[in-house]
Amino acid sequence: MRRGINDSPRLRSCSRTAAARLFFVIAGLFVASLICPPPLRAGAPVNSLVGKEAPRFVRTDLAGRKIDLKAYRGKVVLLNFWATWCAPCKVELPHFAGWQKQYGPQGLEIIAVSMDDDVTPVRATVRKLELNFPAVMGDEKIGSQYGGVLGLPVTYLIDRDGIIRQRLEGETDLGELESTVVKLLAGK
Amino acid sequence: MEPAALAKLLQAASGDRPVMLQVGSHIMFAQSHIPGSVFAGPGSQSSGLHLVETKVASTPRSKLIVIYCGCCPWDRCPNIGPVYKRLRELGFTNVKALYLADNFGNDWVAKGYPTDKGE
Repeated sequence: MRRGINDSPRLRSCSRTAAARLFFVIAGLFVASLICPPPLRAGAPVNSLVGKEAPRFVRTDLAGRKIDLKAYRGKVVLLNFWATWCAPCKVELPHFAGWQKQYGPQGLEIIAVSMDDDVTPVRATVRKLELNFPAVMGDEKIGSQYGGVLGLPVTYLIDRDGIIRQRLEGETDLGELESTVVKLLAGK
Repeated sequence: MEPAALAKLLQAASGDRPVMLQVGSHIMFAQSHIPGSVFAGPGSQSSGLHLVETKVASTPRSKLIVIYCGCCPWDRCPNIGPVYKRLRELGFTNVKALYLADNFGNDWVAKGYPTDKGE
């Protein structure tokens, strides 16, 4: 009877050796993971919110209106975390004001969450930039809800079903962001 | 000062730790900060600079002071520069700014360096 190549004693021996080596490597990694667990990270920034329901928050904006994220179902929401001392933020905000005017009738709603400690400069900046969308004051709670806002700006795009579709951090390509907004408004 | 260098220093130092000042916003500090560091910001505002002066009032002038922010990309941070300048004016000779190229989240937290949160 002809023996197949894989049936040769030498190859069988090699296979057993390789399997044993693999077993020891995996066992070694398992033991190492028990001895050296990954460090705990408080407030680690995460992108794991993408594809999930946007965390609900209820705040009062600078004009005294109640802003409940849940009430925005059916709208595309651009949720922007910013601060008055953040230069890239102040570049983006006037563009967002333009988008609110242009795309508002199609269902875009922009909400700005200031991560300033003090409301006074926020009021002044909102007035100066003539922002035409609600601005609320943030805190560590909302920061943690949104995966840790540990650098600005941070923008979340939330679709009409309240699902986070994108998280953008740092200086954003505004053309690309606008394209995504348009797609979300079109239900894509 | 590079984040890896500070992390190594913190790991090694048992007694003589540097003074570490977070000179950004308090909201950022409360979310996440380097263990042992204290809030002393924001450096771009006069109230923040006053707080820095208070925090280092009894610190020897030769003591290593590490300041950090990470609110924005390094070249756009409004807080680090004024604090560094003020500390030098006050006579501190060993002041280092932690180089967080992108922000605190990406350049410290996401790299697994130690963090703490709260006040």
